[in-house]
Amino acid sequence: MSCCLHWHPGFHCGTGVAPSAEMADLALRILLVDQNVTRASILEEGLREAGYTNVSVVRDMQNLLRRIVDADPDVIFIDLENPNRDVLEQMFQVSRCVRRPIAMFVDHSDTDMIRAAVESGVGAYVVDGLRKERVKSILDMAVSRFNAFSQLRDELDRAKQELEDRKVIERAKGILMRERGLSEDAAYGLLRKAAMNENRRLAEVAQSVVTAARLLK
Amino acid sequence: MKVILGFIPLLDCASLVVAAERGFAAEEDLELALVRETSWANIRDRVVIGHFDAAHMLGPMTVASTLGIGHVKVPVIAPFALGLGGNAITVSLRLWEQMTHEGASAGSNPSTHAAALKRVVTHRERSRQEPLTFAMVYPFSCHNYELRYWLAAGGIDPDRDVRLVVIPPPFLVDALRAGQIDGFCVGEPWNSVAVQAGVGTILVPTTAIWPSSPEKVLGCRLEWAQRHPKQLAALQRALYRASLWCEQPANHTELAGLLAQPRYVGAPAHLLRQALGGQLTLTTNSPPVHLGNFYTPAHNNATFPWVSHALWFYEQMLRWKQIEFAANHLAAVRATYRPDLYRAALASISADIPTEDTKVERFFDGQTFDPRGFDMER
Repeated sequence: MSCCLHWHPGFHCGTGVAPSAEMADLALRILLVDQNVTRASILEEGLREAGYTNVSVVRDMQNLLRRIVDADPDVIFIDLENPNRDVLEQMFQVSRCVRRPIAMFVDHSDTDMIRAAVESGVGAYVVDGLRKERVKSILDMAVSRFNAFSQLRDELDRAKQELEDRKVIERAKGILMRERGLSEDAAYGLLRKAAMNENRRLAEVAQSVVTAARLLK
Repeated sequence: MKVILGFIPLLDCASLVVAAERGFAAEEDLELALVRETSWANIRDRVVIGHFDAAHMLGPMTVASTLGIGHVKVPVIAPFALGLGGNAITVSLRLWEQMTHEGASAGSNPSTHAAALKRVVTHRERSRQEPLTFAMVYPFSCHNYELRYWLAAGGIDPDRDVRLVVIPPPFLVDALRAGQIDGFCVGEPWNSVAVQAGVGTILVPTTAIWPSSPEKVLGCRLEWAQRHPKQLAALQRALYRASLWCEQPANHTELAGLLAQPRYVGAPAHLLRQALGGQLTLTTNSPPVHLGNFYTPAHNNATFPWVSHALWFYEQMLRWKQIEFAANHLAAVRATYRPDLYRAALASISADIPTEDTKVERFFDGQTFDPRGFDMER
């Protein structure tokens, strides 16, 4: 099989030399393939803070093979939400232009590590022959940063939801105050009581009030 | 009993969806949790580490995992097949025009199409143009092997005369429109989506290449099957009944509506409906043609895991140099497909179960694959 997407015949294969075992691990070349800019930055920053200087990030999938050849990475991370993961794996298998990366811990020695990576949403590949101990701390970093990102995203989603909830509750209160001549506290009390009686969230009850008011207009 | 199943949004996840949504799983006291995935690599990893109990898998993936090609070696089995057919080969309008100048016409047979393509390929080579690029969805897939089989039968070396790349199904139509690729082999609804978008022409359904060609299977770790034999048997029965339901023409409109939901396939219902009924619109603005065996969820033993399928996949892995032959592979490959588990689970509800584990597979070019001969040659 010849080389892959966007391959230009005039373009020469990478000439990077595999680092020797004595070389400082901080010199390992790391490539992140992540379409999420924020998450990629979080991991990139973490790696740089830890002293890894050769970190590159691919955000768009155009010229993916060429970017990999240029970066000549020892370690590759890709986010698991990315459908292009299958593209990447095939490139590793068939391209003669990149040193062959293989799925991390393909020797099956550490399923907990694989599990932790998949659970955090990151896929990891290392160049064949690179010792596991040399990359473990990098993988740990990727897993913890991906987890930190998910947490951030969850918190953000929650904050957004709370804001939405508050808005709809305010509107429902306004409707009750206007239509039934209640005070703000009494309107809130009424919503809360209805929510408790029906075993629903306060915001859901408020939404029903808003919807009903719109329909009855 | 809760069972977590991974799937990829394609037409042939139908019986998983129907088992979950139309009560067939509930009848077996199963609660199915369907999880939509974005890549085959994710499906493989999440089955291997146990996030999924089982999944909608490419048939050859189960063999690749069992042999440890391309990833961690973990015995994965296929105790149930998710239908026959459902794939097609589509080319860009530009390539189609070139092929029509070389003798192809809409609805030609695969040999005529391959001969026309061969002439285009030769012409491009002589005039020093870039080779054509074809896409498929995964290296260990029927799509890859069917495309390669057809090209090679037409005298086109898939590793030398054209480029083969992997592109995920949702991106294929855009890649064709952008001229990044000249054609692809994929499951429905993506061929029809390309035709409807006005960027492609369907050359042939792959059932024209290999009439009783298998596609996806239910795959799970051997270890999970051994630990949960009752769940697996219940799942096989639920899927079997769901497959029969999927096949009834009276249910096609309802099924297309169900699959069209964004949480399942998320493609236009009318395209899914057409594919379920074996109707394919080959070129933009032409009436659909009827193909008797385009996608078969149940009849013709479409859910039986033929060991000959696993052996044919292994032969393709050898043919295309994805793996080197080793004598101990044969037993491992045979053990991947599990007609024994199929019979044990379904004996009480199906009268029509093959007693043989293998059969002779026949292809459009008159070639056959005889698994007995295959064993003896080695």
